[in-house]
Formats: sequence, C-alpha cells, structure tokens
Amino acid sequence: MKPHLIKPYGDTLNDGIVQLSFTLPVEYGEKAKKAAKEYAAKLNFKNINVALASKIADNFTYFVVFAEAKPVIDYSKIKTDTVKIKEMSFYEINNLIKKKLKRHIVVVGAAIGSDAHTVGIDAIMNMKGYNQDYGLERYSQIKTLNMGAQVPVKSLVDKALDIEADAILVSQAVTKRDSHIYNLRELVNYLKKKKIRKRFLVVAGGPGITNEMAVKLGCDAGFGRGTRPSQVASFLADKLIKKRGKK
Amino acid sequence: MPNIHLNKKQVARIKRTAEAIASQIQDFVSLHSSVSIERAVLRLYGVDGVDKAGTPLPNRVVDVLKKNNLLKNGASRPFAKAMLASGKSARVTAGLIEKGRLPVKNGKQFSDKEILKKEKQLAGMAVKLLVESKKRKQEKIKKNALPKQPWRYLIVATGNIYEDRTQAESAVLAGGDIIAVIRSTAQSLLDYIPFGPTTEGFAGTYATQANFKIMRRALDRMSEKSGRYIRLVNYASGLCMAEIAVCAALEDLDILLNDSMYGILFRDINMKRTFIDQYFSRLICAKADIIINTGEDNYLTTSDAIDNAYTVTASQLINEATAKKAGLKNSQLGLGHAFEIDPHIENAFLYELAHAQLTRELFPSSPVKYMPPTKYKSTDIFYSHGMDTMFNLASVATGQGIHLAGILTEAIHTPLMQDRYQSMGSINYVFNTARDLGKEIQFKKGGFIEKRAKKVLLEADAFLNSIKKTGLMKAISRGKFAGIRRSINGGKGLNGVFKKGKNHSNPILDKLLKGL
Repeated sequence: MKPHLIKPYGDTLNDGIVQLSFTLPVEYGEKAKKAAKEYAAKLNFKNINVALASKIADNFTYFVVFAEAKPVIDYSKIKTDTVKIKEMSFYEINNLIKKKLKRHIVVVGAAIGSDAHTVGIDAIMNMKGYNQDYGLERYSQIKTLNMGAQVPVKSLVDKALDIEADAILVSQAVTKRDSHIYNLRELVNYLKKKKIRKRFLVVAGGPGITNEMAVKLGCDAGFGRGTRPSQVASFLADKLIKKRGKK
Repeated sequence: MPNIHLNKKQVARIKRTAEAIASQIQDFVSLHSSVSIERAVLRLYGVDGVDKAGTPLPNRVVDVLKKNNLLKNGASRPFAKAMLASGKSARVTAGLIEKGRLPVKNGKQFSDKEILKKEKQLAGMAVKLLVESKKRKQEKIKKNALPKQPWRYLIVATGNIYEDRTQAESAVLAGGDIIAVIRSTAQSLLDYIPFGPTTEGFAGTYATQANFKIMRRALDRMSEKSGRYIRLVNYASGLCMAEIAVCAALEDLDILLNDSMYGILFRDINMKRTFIDQYFSRLICAKADIIINTGEDNYLTTSDAIDNAYTVTASQLINEATAKKAGLKNSQLGLGHAFEIDPHIENAFLYELAHAQLTRELFPSSPVKYMPPTKYKSTDIFYSHGMDTMFNLASVATGQGIHLAGILTEAIHTPLMQDRYQSMGSINYVFNTARDLGKEIQFKKGGFIEKRAKKVLLEADAFLNSIKKTGLMKAISRGKFAGIRRSINGGKGLNGVFKKGKNHSNPILDKLLKGL
C-alpha cells in the first residue's frame, strides 16, 4: 500500500483494527449477537469479533466489538478547511484571551422583541452553562451582562455602549411568523443608523437560527440548536484577536 | 467506620454559629411571602390545570388577586371566599376567577367566621395530602426494602419523559437505587411550572406534575420487579421551589434538590425570593417525608476544591441549620459535597478522603450526597472511568449516603443508556468488593487525612463566624461562596416578593409550624 493510503492501526501497520461499542434495541440472545455481527459487516468491517454482548434493559443489548476496517483514505488529499470556530476548551479560551487579547472581553446578551424566553441566552451566559459546558459568566476573562427577555433594541444597544461591550448576543428562542428575522433586522438597522455596526460583534442564537441566515441579516454569526457556550466563546475570542491584529 | 477524631465541643460550637446565621435569615423570611408560595398554597387547595393560553391556573389566580390588590394578605382567604361563593371545587373556582366570571373583590359577601372555617377545612385537607404521601411511601418501603447505602443514584435526561422511562428501567436493571430526571436547562428560571406530559426539552426533561406521575409509576413497577424500593428525584431549586415541592409531594417523589444557594449563585435568582421560597418548600418536604439534596458540590466547579473546601463545609452547616428550622429530620438531609480535586495534584485522593470523611462525621445520621468528578473529567472516556472508580472507592470506604454515579462520558454528552451501564459496572464492582472496607480501616492518628480534615473544619469555623457578623446575604454579595458575587436586590424574581400584610393568612404554613 502506498504510504499516504492509511487505515486504523491496532498493533501492525494497516491491520485496520477498530473498537466499537453500541446498543441495539433488541432483547439479548444469540439472535442479537448475530445482528450485531451482521450490522458491523454492513458498516464495512471484516473479521468481526463481538467481544461483549450484554442485556442492559428489556429489549436492549449492549455490544463491544473489535473488527478490521476495510477502506483506506488518501492522507495526501486531506484538506483542513479553515474552520469557522476553533473548538477550544474553557481553559484554552481563557488563556488565549489573557495572552493574545490582554484584556477582558465584554459581552452583553438579551432576548429581544416580544420573545419572553430566556432559555437560550441563559444556557449560553449562565454560570451553569449547557450540556456539560460552562456558561460565559464563568469565564474569568469574559465580563458578561445578561439583560434577560423582552429587551427593546434601543435599551440593548444603549447598554452595550454604556459598558463598552465587544459583543452583543441576541437570543430568539420562539419565532412566530418569522419574527426573529424582523427582530434581528431591526437590531442591525438600528446599529447601522447610529453608525456603530462595526463597533460590536453581533451574534444571533436560537433553535431556528442558522449561520447563513444570521450573516445574511447582517450579523457576524448565527448559532443554532445545541450550541455550547464554549463555541460562542471561541468565536468571540478568535474574532476579537483577529480584529485587534488588523488595527 | 474510620474516624478522624473531631472535637465534639468544637463541632457543637460551630453548629451553634450556623444556627445563629440561620436565625438571622429566618427573621427576614418570616415577614415575607412570594407569588410562588401563594401559588403553592393554591395548588395544595386543589387548583390545577391551565387557561386557554397554556398559563397554569395557580399563576392566573395569583395575577388576578394581585391586580385587585388582594395578594398582600395571601391567596388563601380570597380564594376560600371565592369557593364559598361558587360552591364548586377548587379547580372549577379557579377557572371561573380566571375567566372573570367570579369577582374576587366585591361580589357575594361572607362573614369572617365562615371564611375562616373554609380556610381551615382547605388547609386541613392540604396537610392531609402531605401526610398521605408519606404513608404511601412507608407502605412501599415495607413491601420492597431500601437497599444498603451508599444508594446508587443515576440520572436520565432525554427531554422526553417516555424515553426517560425506558432509560430509567435500564438504570434500575444495572443496579440504580435512585433515579433523577434532570430538568430542562434553565427551567429553574421559569416563574411557573409547565403542564402535562412533555416530550421535548433542552438537555433535560421539564419537571411537571404529569411527568412526575409517569416516572413514579414506572419506578413502582421496577421496585416490584427488583425487590428494592427505587426512589425518584427531581429538582425544586429555582423560582418555583415551593410549588415543585407540592407537585412532588402529591406524586410521591422521594428526594428533591432544594437549595437556595445554588439558585442564587449559579442561576442568578434573587436571594430574598429564594430564601423565602426555600423555607415553605422545605416545610412541605418535611411533612411529606421528602429528602432534600443540597448543591454544595457546585461550588467546587468554579472555585478551587482544596483552597475553598471550607465553603462547602460552611454551607452544609448553614443548610442543616435552615433545614432544621423547617422541621426536616437528620434522615432527610442529603447535604452535598464532591470529589472535584485536580487529579494532577499528588495525593489528591488523600485530600478527597479527608473531605469525604469530614462530611460523614459532621452529619453522622444524614444521607449525605456525594458527587462524582466533573470538572477534570476528560473526553478520554477510559481515563474518566478510572477517575470514577477511585471516587466509588472513596464513597464506600467513608460510608456516604447518596452516591451520584460518575459517568465516563461526562465531558461529552448526557449519558447514553450504555454509558450508564458501564458506570454501574464500576460502582457494583467497587461497592461489592470493598463493602466493609470502612469497618476495617482507621486513618492514622495525626496523619495527613486527619490533619487535613481538621484544617478544613477550622477554616469553616472562622468563615461562619465572619458570616455571622456580616449576615449571610451580605457574605454572598461579597462573593464569599464559589467566587461569585450576587447583589442582595439583584437577580431574577425579586418582584415576586412582598412583605406580608397585617392580615396575611397562610393556614397551611400555620398548620405545618404547629407540628414542629
């Protein structure tokens, strides 16, 4: 095999060994084990060894499988796209801000318009965070202000100016009849009218928000369902450091 | 059990300091009520259901009373009067009030005596509901006994109550003794309890009375099947502490997370609001025999687990003291602590043993709640599994009460069914093979573990004395806990607090206090 064609390594080059664990929604038994083996074959593995099969609930069986992967990949053709968000941990982000930006990042957040739901902005900003990921409040290098729900655009922008925020986070959890589009457009237009759009990073978030949509509406980024606070923090740190570099 | 030879006189003195701090808070609490306490009263009177827009009727009725300037003396009296006027059930009466078909202010008049009689009757029935829940649980435990401690506590968090049920059944099969349904992210900030069974949530499942019922029924079946009583946990901390306690009592839940400090620090809930709510919530728990769990473990996720270990001890002591004021017994105190020390520190495990043993000895007859590592959990699931195994050993060796299962995928996602199974594999292995280790070992007299535990206690002592001087609210506002500052009048929910009027009436509170 050419050296740039690679596959997983167990203890011999190109043996393709992979360990898998998964659960199938079937009752434990010989038939279940056979199903696991055939499923692994469908995943394109060979020499499949179902090392463990165990009942973990009525009608659920857990498997640990070792098998040999067949496909190879041409490593010379792998390109790393410049990922929009560098996935960094809580500690890495704080360190990066400390070392590269050398000052705190100031963030103001709110749910704007008639949206009374703070679940999105709270998940990102509260100490506790979301899905095992600490909220922005907990970052030693980020100063935050969470204004809550139903905040008028003007109050939000006034506050952002007042505390000299770097970024404005806007949450739109419930969107009826495209009200999120209206609300975000209102915010962006207000900033443009005041000629301060470039002064802030504007980030939209919510289950119905996509990055594409948010950017189209004039925001810097949009984050959808399942976004973790560290992804937002990484984005802010990265953008602000780059912005500073340009100056 | 191993022993670190705490000075009994010192412990008694420290507990008196904590009691003094709790008394200061209690003086404030007794003068106030809140919208959520009044809603809890209405729920115990039988108000349930939602209006056309989906708003819970307890909220709607309290809103109507507030608009009519009737809330400051409590919801009980005007609602009792409305029931006399309607001659209907609490639920129907609430519906009539909500629709504006039954005036709360003027309308049909009744004598004070008649209204008082109705209130007494309603409060009597309400307290009976709490006592009945306790009795039902006792009956179930007679049939299927409680397992040995440490009790194995597993979480489910799919967002869909029916899927949670499947996950819970699997958890019990693997050896789980306690099932906790994690709430949807930030439900603690909602100033109402969502209604009905729910199938969508954010990293958790909404705490609703209907969801409580569904899960309790499933666990009753699992208790029968496994021959041990399986407890059900949910979370009360937040803006609806008292109301959630009511729903939990009505559906025979066994344990509630019930800690103001958690809400103040980690959810930015106004401290006045939550101290007031906590008190009534805990009175309900005491009567319905619900164990409370407290959230001290969270402090160590933001502040250093060695340097700030004393804040955990101090908070446990304050929580014990405030809980006693609400009539909770030692056997109902699941005071929290955690295994959160940086594993790169040499002898981190010895520190953990010292802290765990200190908690055990300070509260010898309470089912203290021990939390697994989270902060230093790695996405290397095999390493994380190793960490959990050490945690399991610390727990069984020091005889902890409630043992939260550490999950190997903690740093990745909410547990999959198979993650829980693997986690239980380690717990069952360690608990079984080292079951009586604690009876066989002694920590060296004057050794590292004993000295460390005594140092933490001494620091907690000094800290409690300083809090006694400034008051707990001020101490929190100065960032003394978890390194987080919260101002006394900041945070969410303050507008739901009010000073009790001269004629404030909460006969349930009166009745619960009488029993103390």
